[in-house]
Amino acid sequence: MKYILKKLFALIITLLIISFLAFLAFSIIPGDPTAKILGMDASQEQIAALRSELGLARPVLVRYWEWLTNFLRGDFGTSYDYNLPVGQMLADKLPVTAALTLISFVFTVVLAIPLGILAGSVRNQALDHIITAVDQIFMSIPQFFIGIIMCFVLGLTFRLFTPGAFVSYTQSWPKFLYYLLFPALSIAIPRIAMTVKMLRGSIKSELERDYVRTARSRGNTRRAILGRHVVRNAMIPVITFLAISMAEIMTGTIVVEQVFTVPGIGRLLISSISSRDFPVVQAIVVMMAAWIVLVNFLADVINQLVDPRIRLQ
Amino acid sequence: MKKRILAVFLVLAMLACLLCACGEATTEATGSSDETTASSGEPQVTGGERESANEIIVGIPQDLDSLDPYQMGTAGTREVLFNVFEGLVKLSSDGSYVDAVAASHSVSEDGLTYTFTLRDGVLFHNGETVTTEDVLYSFETCAASTVNESVAAALSAAQITAEGNDIVITLAEPNSDFLAYVSNAYITPADYTDQGTAPVGTGPFRFVSYSVQESFVMEKNPDYYGTPAYLDKVTFKIFDSTEAELMALDAGSIDLCAHLQYDQISTLNNGYTVLDSTMNLAVALYLNNGVAPFDNQLVRQALCWAIDVDEVMAFATGGQGVKIGSSMFPNFTKYFDPSLADHYGYDVEKAKELLAEAGYPDGFSFTITYASEYEHPYGDMAAVIQQQLAEVGITVELEPIEWASWYTDVYQGREFESTLVGFDTSVLTASGMLQRWTSNADKNMINYSNADYDAAFAAAQASQDDAEQTELYKQCLEILSDTAANVYIQDLAEYVVIHPSLEGYEFYPLYILDMSTVRYT
Repeated sequence: MKYILKKLFALIITLLIISFLAFLAFSIIPGDPTAKILGMDASQEQIAALRSELGLARPVLVRYWEWLTNFLRGDFGTSYDYNLPVGQMLADKLPVTAALTLISFVFTVVLAIPLGILAGSVRNQALDHIITAVDQIFMSIPQFFIGIIMCFVLGLTFRLFTPGAFVSYTQSWPKFLYYLLFPALSIAIPRIAMTVKMLRGSIKSELERDYVRTARSRGNTRRAILGRHVVRNAMIPVITFLAISMAEIMTGTIVVEQVFTVPGIGRLLISSISSRDFPVVQAIVVMMAAWIVLVNFLADVINQLVDPRIRLQ
Repeated sequence: MKKRILAVFLVLAMLACLLCACGEATTEATGSSDETTASSGEPQVTGGERESANEIIVGIPQDLDSLDPYQMGTAGTREVLFNVFEGLVKLSSDGSYVDAVAASHSVSEDGLTYTFTLRDGVLFHNGETVTTEDVLYSFETCAASTVNESVAAALSAAQITAEGNDIVITLAEPNSDFLAYVSNAYITPADYTDQGTAPVGTGPFRFVSYSVQESFVMEKNPDYYGTPAYLDKVTFKIFDSTEAELMALDAGSIDLCAHLQYDQISTLNNGYTVLDSTMNLAVALYLNNGVAPFDNQLVRQALCWAIDVDEVMAFATGGQGVKIGSSMFPNFTKYFDPSLADHYGYDVEKAKELLAEAGYPDGFSFTITYASEYEHPYGDMAAVIQQQLAEVGITVELEPIEWASWYTDVYQGREFESTLVGFDTSVLTASGMLQRWTSNADKNMINYSNADYDAAFAAAQASQDDAEQTELYKQCLEILSDTAANVYIQDLAEYVVIHPSLEGYEFYPLYILDMSTVRYT
């Protein structure tokens, strides 16, 4: 209980710092939201008038305090670009990114664990080298690049899907989910490779432990030892890693949504940064930060649950 | 050992199964339609499903900034909503203004009184009839809006009254551009306040739905008074990177895509029809006439001689597009003077002489700033110019910056030496292109100051004789060219790519995507 409270406190502090930094960054970088709203031909007076209407002329600390108090009351503000409540805009886009993250996570778990166990139990030296090399390659390709390759190969050549033909979930759930399979896979591939590498390493080191030799001397087959003891022990660090992956997958969507033209949170974030739409950027940054902190917290809790040896202080 | 080999095989088999499963899912997903008819060798043409539903999907490269006709700031928004909103008069594809909500219009001889007779029984998309009250409301709202300054200023200065079925507008002084402003005052229902979320106009299409960063959907207006639209439904799909848009076009998930450039269409190979025109943009190396050494006319002229525009075009835009020579684009034939394009040739010796005369025999160095979002073509042009100027001893540094920074620092702050960009006009008038270079103009980014130019422009504005006025505007263009205000380059080529079974697309001298004439053959 005390642990949870402590974590919760840390979470709040982290979010405060992140939201303030995001706010600060915007007051330092050049560019102004009035440019997008008023267009190229706006006069200086119009710009000044709009700046004071939006409250941009006031000191950054005052604006931050105002934003924070409104945010805590559940008022995320109004988008400068779209003149719509930010809360409503996020609610529209969140299901898309959430679905993408979830599918990607399922891909990672379902593919990485069996592949990792296989890679870990390989004893042939040559094969082991090949697996490591292939794994390394997949680990180092950036997600957006995998995305582009997928669009070309699976989209334009094999016609498994039509790049750009995203269908909203409000129209058709099956078509929506089907289209998301491809961006989800391109986010998942490097994560799968990393998980495989980790699980493989974990199994290898576990296999060299004394208890394995003992079990072997008692007549257990290698396979039985692997299944009954080694994999269970080796999974502990991997589970933590997978939980943290949830955070990285979410951030992976930002870039991949651009490549596949998926109208989710990531695309909204990028476009609102370039048009200096502060309220939208602030809300998304805080939301993503909260997600990352939360996932790390969950990883700690899961860790404790699967391994009673770890005691949380 | 055998077991291990077996394990590897099993993994491969599992992967194969996964891929097969994917393949099967595809057949299911698209099996019911003939959305993707893959065939090797032949160009791939898709969209049969949409053809039978008589609808199309149009790709647009940026999101709409507002659906409210008096809040639309960007050309990208206006070109889409042109289909939904109309003024008393509207622009036609040949650049003239034709009657729309008005059945007829006349101008008094002194050019001060405009009389518009309302067309009978024009219906708004919400089913109500357009009345003079709605027209007055629309003019008032438009005059109070801040988005298009010149339109708002022109309307605020006029007296607008309703007389029976007529709208009478009295101006304080004649303004030959006035009809253009009237076309920008879109007619909307009086006191209707939901334009931002559910726009209502009188155009050939009516609004269906809009989703941020996703799409804008409109359907045929069955009550349209004029020639009805051919298509039943048009979806504008919003992309925010041209790469993604091109891939969607290549894959056939969109049927029409406008504003494409040469390097973009050159990679397309899907059997679509390519139509070409120009962008109505004056692209130049804009020089800050307010800073040294560009405050010296000889230096500016030397630059014009030292830059080989043809080579710049050949490298940056594949030689496509049209050379301009001054601040006017070729589609605006009334004012465009093709002879200005060759006012300066390419002559390194002459450039060196002029530089020596100006006191820079060994050259100098300066920076070309441009928006990094427009690496093609501006970054490419800058690179060629950099090489060409090296030959006359001028060192050029390239500075790509973010568009938002470009806008505040270069356009508004005028803190730059030179920049590559293109200027267009939001209202189709000569002054839309030329007013900005008068000495005191707010928008005079380059700090151009020339008494002759100011005088010629003022005379043109005051003139009531069309021929004389045209002559004076042309004189303005010549002065810009003579004094080498900027190194004028070209109007960019623009391409529209459409599905081969579509026809009837029309180009306008402004940013407009008129969907009412597009039809399946």
